[in-house]
Amino acid sequence: MTAIMQLSFDVNGAPVVVEVQARTTLADCLRHTLGLTGTHLGCEHGICGACTVIVDDAAVRSCLMLAVQAEGTRVVTVEGLSGDDSLTPLQAAFRKHHALQCGFCTPGMITTLHALLTDEPFADADRIRDVLSGNICRCTGYIPIIEAALEARIAYQGKREDGRR
Amino acid sequence: MKLAPLDYKRPASLQEAIAILAAHDGAALPLAGGQSLIPILAFRLAAPTMLVDLRGVPGLDGIAIGPGGVRLGAMVRWRDIEDEKRLAAAWPLLPAVISHIAHYQIRNRGTVGGSLAHADPAAELPGLAVTCDATIEIVGRDGPREIPASALFVGALSTSLAAGDLIVGMRLPPWRDGRRWAFEEFALRRGDFAIVGVAAYYDLDDAGRVVDAHIGAIGVSEYPIRLTAAEQALNGSPIDDATIAAAARAACAMVEPQDDIHASAAYRRALVGTLTERALARASA
Ligand SMILES: Cc1cc2nc3c(=O)[nH]c(=O)nc-3n(C[C@H](O)[C@H](O)[C@H](O)COP(=O)(O)OP(=O)(O)OC[C@H]3O[C@@H](n4cnc5c(N)ncnc54)[C@H](O)[C@@H]3O)c2cc1C
Ligand code: FES
Ligand code: FES
Repeated sequence: MTAIMQLSFDVNGAPVVVEVQARTTLADCLRHTLGLTGTHLGCEHGICGACTVIVDDAAVRSCLMLAVQAEGTRVVTVEGLSGDDSLTPLQAAFRKHHALQCGFCTPGMITTLHALLTDEPFADADRIRDVLSGNICRCTGYIPIIEAALEARIAYQGKREDGRR
Repeated sequence: MKLAPLDYKRPASLQEAIAILAAHDGAALPLAGGQSLIPILAFRLAAPTMLVDLRGVPGLDGIAIGPGGVRLGAMVRWRDIEDEKRLAAAWPLLPAVISHIAHYQIRNRGTVGGSLAHADPAAELPGLAVTCDATIEIVGRDGPREIPASALFVGALSTSLAAGDLIVGMRLPPWRDGRRWAFEEFALRRGDFAIVGVAAYYDLDDAGRVVDAHIGAIGVSEYPIRLTAAEQALNGSPIDDATIAAAARAACAMVEPQDDIHASAAYRRALVGTLTERALARASA
């Protein structure tokens, strides 16, 4: 029991090798072992969406994944989605529309919307609402978040012309 | 809310997975998407000493569509079903039901085998499996076997699987041309577990009478059930408002839901009637 396991994966574009207990969640590995505290933990049982990260291009809840399950994958956290000098279009849209107040849910909103808009850059307001049903925000009332997502779409549309889904 | 210490293995073959599970005699659990198991471990409602991750086991993924129906591998995720666009014509009730399961991020990981083995009374796939005569493919210590879905579910969160049994796939029988179908669910928010859900399909004979009605419900008992009384009210009759109303009344009368924190028994019973009526109205439209 309490096996310590070696884990190799890619975090925000850089290869990482860490030692973790088998029971460690991906969220705790990112936050505690790697110091990437942008990933927030609200509920630790899959309800709130604050811990969302992107694993192999798919948004997942990092509290519902063991770190060892990420072996060999590419993980992107909210830290990997910010430009160094200026705000990304998604961040700028969040700021413009006041899509955050306390900011606790924001990392999960940004990662989720980045995965969604990369895959479905033409997602309409209904689809965005449907997807964000898995992310709880106790401050904003959601409308500004949806407005920000709708505005940010344009920045993703060049990358995908087919408008999948 | 942290998991208790445990071991973890990622076997590279089905034989190896079965062997590890057998060697631990119930103290090892399979890990698929983890979307139900990890919360259970975080709440410390189960205490396995070993998790056997099925991710490296070949042959458990894949959606096969053919004249014999549809086969879903145990590790097929909700997302994979959503992305398999051929299902809309080949087995339209399946993607319609799956579209109600959980939230975006969970849909990227939750699997067919995990949902069947977890056996939540309000889960959609177990309901579809029971309603539509699915076959469950299992491999255990003594080799492979098959059971009808109706023999899998024995109580809330409990199945007839023996310790160390693995679900490897689920088969749905052939879909008939011209079949009428619908799924109706009531949940508080999109993606939440259903309070009640009703799946229905039927065929029509040359005279326009219903044959082979299949109607089932989730969220009204410890495991999914067929609404046999509603099926009997439909079979042999032309589909019209009166038949639909009779079937809905029969459905209401046969269920025995319990009160719980999400809804009273009376509310769930009323929902069964409403959703049966809506499903049949939509199917016949
Ligand atoms: C917030 C939230 C909302 C959800 N909403 C819904 C919903 O609306 N509808 C719904 O149906 N589900 C819902 N789910 C559950 C989700 O669909 C799960 O993914 C699913 O029930 C279990 O699949 P899994 O692959 O994650 O299994 P896991 O969590 O990995 O495993 C679940 C159980 O099955 C066992 N197991 C796994 N694979 C096998 C196998 N091949 N053979 C034998 N045993 C196996 C495990 O040992 C464990 O006991 C929700 C989950 C969350 C966290
Ligand atoms: S912390 Fe993971 S979903 Fe709430
Ligand atoms: S901004 Fe405070 S929870 Fe969303």
